[in-house]
Amino acid sequence: MAIESDVLVIGGGLAGLSAAIAAAREGAHVRLVSYKQSTLKQASGLVDVLGYVDGEPVADPFERMADLPDDHPYRIVGESGVREALALFDEVTDYRGGHTDRNALVPTHGGTVKPTARYPASAAPGLASDDRDALLVGFETLVDFDAPLAADHIEAAGVPFAADGATVRFPGDLRADAKVTRYAHLLDEDRAVETDGGRRLPAREALAERVRPHLDGHERVGFPAVLGDDDPAGVRAALSKGLGADVFEVPMGPPSLPGLRLADRLYEALDEAGASVETGVPVVDYEGEERVERVLVDRKGAEVPYAADQYVLATGGLVGKGVESDREGVREPVFDCRVPQPADRYDWFEDAVFGDHAFARFGVDPDGELRPTDERGDPEFENVRAAGSVLGGHDFPAEKSGAGVSLATGRAAGVLATEEL
Amino acid sequence: MSDEESNDTTEPLAQDGADDPDVETDGGAVDPGDGVGGDDAGFAPEEPTAGEDFEPVQVFPDDETMDLRPGADDCYKCSTCDVNCPVAEVDDDFPGPKFQGPEQWRLKQSDEEYTVDESITSCSNCMRCDDACPSGVPLSQMHNEARGEYVDEEMSLLSAKYWRNRILANYRISASIASLAPGLANAAMNFGPARWVVEKTLGVTSEREFPAFAEQTFREWWTARGGAAASRENAREARERRGEPIDADKRVAYFHGCYANYNTPEVAKALVRVYEHFGYELVVPEQRCSGTPMFANGMLSDARRDAEVNVSSLADLVDRGYDAVCSCTSCSMAIRQEYPELFSFEGTGEVAGSTFEALEYLRIHEDLRGDLADASVEGFDDLAYHAPCHARNQGLSRQAVELFRELDGVTVEDVGDSCSGISGTYGWKEEKYGVSMEIGEEMFEHMESAAGETGLTECPTCSMQMEHGTGYEIRHPLEVVEEALVGDRAGA
Ligand SMILES: Cc1cc2nc3c(=O)[nH]c(=O)nc-3n(C[C@H](O)[C@H](O)[C@H](O)COP(=O)(O)OP(=O)(O)OC[C@H]3O[C@@H](n4cnc5c(N)ncnc54)[C@H](O)[C@@H]3O)c2cc1C
Ligand code: SF4
Ligand code: SF4
Repeated sequence: MAIESDVLVIGGGLAGLSAAIAAAREGAHVRLVSYKQSTLKQASGLVDVLGYVDGEPVADPFERMADLPDDHPYRIVGESGVREALALFDEVTDYRGGHTDRNALVPTHGGTVKPTARYPASAAPGLASDDRDALLVGFETLVDFDAPLAADHIEAAGVPFAADGATVRFPGDLRADAKVTRYAHLLDEDRAVETDGGRRLPAREALAERVRPHLDGHERVGFPAVLGDDDPAGVRAALSKGLGADVFEVPMGPPSLPGLRLADRLYEALDEAGASVETGVPVVDYEGEERVERVLVDRKGAEVPYAADQYVLATGGLVGKGVESDREGVREPVFDCRVPQPADRYDWFEDAVFGDHAFARFGVDPDGELRPTDERGDPEFENVRAAGSVLGGHDFPAEKSGAGVSLATGRAAGVLATEEL
Repeated sequence: MSDEESNDTTEPLAQDGADDPDVETDGGAVDPGDGVGGDDAGFAPEEPTAGEDFEPVQVFPDDETMDLRPGADDCYKCSTCDVNCPVAEVDDDFPGPKFQGPEQWRLKQSDEEYTVDESITSCSNCMRCDDACPSGVPLSQMHNEARGEYVDEEMSLLSAKYWRNRILANYRISASIASLAPGLANAAMNFGPARWVVEKTLGVTSEREFPAFAEQTFREWWTARGGAAASRENAREARERRGEPIDADKRVAYFHGCYANYNTPEVAKALVRVYEHFGYELVVPEQRCSGTPMFANGMLSDARRDAEVNVSSLADLVDRGYDAVCSCTSCSMAIRQEYPELFSFEGTGEVAGSTFEALEYLRIHEDLRGDLADASVEGFDDLAYHAPCHARNQGLSRQAVELFRELDGVTVEDVGDSCSGISGTYGWKEEKYGVSMEIGEEMFEHMESAAGETGLTECPTCSMQMEHGTGYEIRHPLEVVEEALVGDRAGA
């Protein structure tokens, strides 16, 4: 026997989650197996669909999809596929941006302004298209965000408002390398902390008190994205009230609380849809010829068989370990699907750091139904579909399309798999 | 006291299966061979386990410890591990897994003067960081190694802390003595003034209740019941009832660990009855502590001593076609992951590859889900389930909730993914008690807001913490399965 399900999704990142939620909502018995935590926790938590084409910022991603190369994942699932995936995402999260096709411009911790399709509610009052003056507040102990510098950069990017920066001490005397979750939990719990005058105040109030002297008439105030883990809305509301200004979060580098919150929310949605989940163990092998009959999961030494009718491969790219490379070449390690690559290793890279590197596009090469193909272009297996960063044909850091590709191909793979049942 | 002496206090445990024609009774002989007892220098794991096809480059000549460089190099400093560490979350002075693992490993290799930082003793060995790292860095292996080095080189063998840790880590030995007179032990161990003295002299917190010892250990029950011969008989009857071939090859070795033997034999008995119900015949081989509390206290030579017994005893059975099953998720974790990472006794890999958690095994080989969907239970309240960290690491954190979803008569609610905070011996230490309870706070709150006042978990120490923090009674998933499937036949 084996552990059985209708659809087995391998990988628990945005792509796997999107596939599993879509398939479970169509009524399939879905099981998701994931090895490590996904790259969501390092990503900004923004959902980029298409931010740049040929190095130029994109105003309306849907308008530009037809300009993408034929083998781009968006060309395979089509504009409607992307729209339906975003609709599903909007339904299960409280993200904003669904009211328009146009990219929103979100200031980031480096002071750049990033075109993105969906953003967390906490980032909404910070949009660069808003013309209210903004104060950015950094914390002495959180060196990843230099608020005055970020404010200068944002102004230099040509935004229609004045931006200023201030650095304050976070109440509660956190150490210089405190985990970002420490800030968040202090604010969640709103525990009393010591303030300058030796008084004790609830953390949210104490923070507002430190920021007030810098307010100087700004109508909105941006903080690094550490404003709560369990209750971000409550934290922001309390700070907004305490400051008499709209409070927003500026997305940060890894590890990212908006990414953590999004992962939590999507796993909840998966649970609500009735899917089964197992994490901490990798799929290492498979059995079958034209069809995959079953896969083997390595449970710390023992290989446990899992059987399903349909499989979705959503194991991520080079970081997530869905695509592996060494001096010999590049491969997809679970099903050993073909990963197209230049024969000469020196052709994998360009000289320029941000050049058009071949390695950025490494991934399996899908057919029209997202099934990875062999040299002749035939599907490697009848019942395996691939989704997310494991797919080739796109360069997510350059295009700013990572989350969008994962959501769109994930949902499509989940629906296609369910249709075969 | 030397290692030999502490060894002497262990009771002689007969290899079970004496009456099984297929099991040689000398199996699992305790051959002291190389370095059992005394010889601490014997700890030098041979194989690097990080990066399979990695050819080690000897950058640090004369180095005897394992080369974890490929693991350290895989770290790209994303800090995901730090964010997942329950200790770092509440203890501002703990520098976190990234420091304890790849960073300290590099410091250790590159600076001759460098001594392992004391903060390694604040790591509770929950292994959450392992699970978190997207880049596959073998963090807990690095921590185990560093902790062992810290204890060997930094800790005074004359310090109370060393002996306190050693006694806590060797729980099985104390338990085996206590269970000779369980009534007396139960009374004495929780006797207030004595507890005060133990806290002041040894640093064992007096906040906690010592777990009660059972009147009859599981092994005593098992022997009185007729051992492997009786089990074979029961299994045959069950196979006949189920319409399966009478000579079907359904044989498992039960690794019960210390706690189910001395403290909660009802869990072990549930396992026996459930397995026999499915037609499996069991043997209960000679065994010592799985080693989990020893890894967590850096007592690697103690762990090695017990692991060698366990591996040799199980390897013989695995050779003969048995699989091993555990009812404690830290035991299965130790045998499956930590043994191959730290030791290289003959058969370590084979044993790891044939060891399973009890319900996991039935899910693979039987239609457990279907059987439970057709069954119902009485006598269980709504259950608040906590997934132990070590279950999570084996991909088992959702198993009980999903299995019992369709079972009539019980509702199981997952109380979230926080760590319980006790981490075996960790929460017993006077100086760690506060941190332990602070980590557990989230779980207590979730348990209290869940419907029902009974907890459910696979891990014995998590269950102590759940009970301590909420006053709830705590059950094991095997007891629910026993109630659902075995019912009246439970008398056997
Ligand atoms: C640092 C960083 C920042 C980013 N910032 C942004 C951003 O600002 N905006 C944006 O839109 N996108 C961003 N991205 C990209 C985006 O996060 C990814 O493109 C997208 O989330 C990838 O999702 P995925 O599901 O395909 O893969 P992953 O998130 O990599 O998930 C793959 C999962 O599969 C699991 N897995 C791998 N092998 C196996 C196996 N054999 N068996 C079982 N499970 C397995 C992995 O453990 C992992 O959980 C960023 C990415 C990174 C790394
Ligand atoms: S094992 Fe647990 S306590 Fe130790 S560093 Fe890792 S996450 Fe933290
Ligand atoms: S999670 Fe892994 S890669 Fe990231 S900092 Fe920790 S050890 Fe390094």
